[in-house]
Amino acid sequence: MPQFHTLWTHIELRGPDEAGPPLQIGSPGRIGKPFHSQWLGRIGEMQVLPTHLGPTGVASLLCGFIAIEIIGLNMLASVDWNPVRFIRLLPFLSLDPPPAKYGLNPFPPLREGGWWLMAGFFLTAAILLWWVKMYRRARALGMGTHIPWCFASAIWLYLVLGFIRPIAMGSWSEAVPFGVIPHLNWTATFSVRYGNIFYNPFHMLSISFLYGSTMLFAMHAGTILAVTPLGGERETHQITDRGTAAERAALFWRWTMGFNSNYESIHRWLYWFATLVTLTGGIGILATGTLVDNWYLWGVKNGLAPQYRPAPDLPAAPPAQALKTMQDKVLGR
Amino acid sequence: MAMLSFERKYRIAGGTLVGGSLFDFWVGPFYVGFFGVTAAFFALLGTLLIVYGAAIGPTWALFQISIDPPPIAHGLAFAPLKQGGLWQIITVCALGAFVSWALRQVEICRKLGMGYHVPVAFSFAILAYASLNVVRPILLGAWGYGFPYGIMSHLDWVSNVGYQHLHFHYNPAHMIAVTCFFTTTFALGLHAGEILAAANPGKGKPVKYDEYESAYFRDTIMYSIGEIGIHRLGYFLALNAGLWSAVCIIISGPFWTQGWPYWWDWYLNLPVWSTGGKI
Repeated sequence: MPQFHTLWTHIELRGPDEAGPPLQIGSPGRIGKPFHSQWLGRIGEMQVLPTHLGPTGVASLLCGFIAIEIIGLNMLASVDWNPVRFIRLLPFLSLDPPPAKYGLNPFPPLREGGWWLMAGFFLTAAILLWWVKMYRRARALGMGTHIPWCFASAIWLYLVLGFIRPIAMGSWSEAVPFGVIPHLNWTATFSVRYGNIFYNPFHMLSISFLYGSTMLFAMHAGTILAVTPLGGERETHQITDRGTAAERAALFWRWTMGFNSNYESIHRWLYWFATLVTLTGGIGILATGTLVDNWYLWGVKNGLAPQYRPAPDLPAAPPAQALKTMQDKVLGR
Repeated sequence: MAMLSFERKYRIAGGTLVGGSLFDFWVGPFYVGFFGVTAAFFALLGTLLIVYGAAIGPTWALFQISIDPPPIAHGLAFAPLKQGGLWQIITVCALGAFVSWALRQVEICRKLGMGYHVPVAFSFAILAYASLNVVRPILLGAWGYGFPYGIMSHLDWVSNVGYQHLHFHYNPAHMIAVTCFFTTTFALGLHAGEILAAANPGKGKPVKYDEYESAYFRDTIMYSIGEIGIHRLGYFLALNAGLWSAVCIIISGPFWTQGWPYWWDWYLNLPVWSTGGKI
């Protein structure tokens, strides 16, 4: 018996290629010959390409390529150009910002953060150019510019971390290094340095929106998949011409939790939850070290936390000898 | 009667799992059902016990209220009410309420002729909660390993357990979970933005449909996953965020007792690195 499969596509239909809506006169054409992938077709559309590159797309990819080259070659240099060591240590390799002594000097020596500044410049240029491309494509297709503005919120967090906060603190050394494990180390150190970032209310908000986004996407995607046998995945059609799929989806939540959104408004909830993750996160990072030096003490002052007693038998600071051994170990002496 | 214009024709009897037609009715907009009664019971009892715990506790400062699990010394035994017994009963109430809620969603799905995707997704969240406060404490041999119920106290718990493993970011399952959370939110922003952009193209412009939605993503990232595909992807990512969150805490302690940075030694010591001589 034929069945409707909501989690993967059982019978794949192949029609003529979709060329996409016509482009404006004078705009560079779409490139790439469309091809079909059966595996992609199992969960989504089969067709890949054509795409639209345009001048901003080309410039963005070029800047991104340069940034990745600078980062990768610096990492390769840091292991003496040994390819085996490079692969082995790749997750741990780092391209660090300039040391604190250079402050906001835009031209520190290349080996002491100069390359980091250059990589950051090209990565930022790539991201901003990509934003322009996302905006222009939305306009060219006669659609709203919601995606670029959500993207702008992510760029805000990125700029706070690598540009705005370092300037506010007066030193590039405050910024995040490039590298897989190094950026995780930076994150943990940042939290400890400023008295546990869990006490930062904007961090709380950001995490709530992050978990909330995941929960809402599970709720939304689950609802839509549950009504796909009724055509419920055709969301813009259901917005302009409500069918039984939209009615059941709405009633499911109304009967479960007493209220419901509709096919359009649910996407406003989703949009703001996703956008606010990085918007609030950026505020929280920017306030750290500039306005607040220790989030735990800030929390005590504002009634979030009690003044915890120091642990018994634990000195307030590590003994001098232990500290020296630790430093020697870290510095490889 | 708090009913939507199209609601009456959907309000039909049947589809219940337990209780036949006994609880097959609505209160205002809410569907009740057998599991509505049990969910209300557990939720009310649990909430009142939290309020009681706050009342006998040291503070009414909202962020500082905490219902702590029993001290480790109690092991897996029942603890006196004021020494974690409340936490134990509240945990039972929470699980009772969560499972009731999921089963009530199943009944509503059956009434509306919908798939069970939402209750299945919710069960992943329940799994993550049970992993934290039931499975892991049992594996470690004491309820005291569960997290306390309080706004700041549960954050302190997360912080402390993280540093007990020196640096939790090195936990590979934690890496996967965080990646899933971020990727889900990224995909959510793209999906929601796309639908809003198609439905709200600006004054005087016609609403766009899937042809334009697909063209936007092909034009920008070469591939459009499509209307049903994005919901499959979002569902997969969101559920994996919950699943790997559960995995990352279950393995911390019961199956890996050292700091997480040391876990990566196997990778750094792979024999393949020394095949071309010492490096």
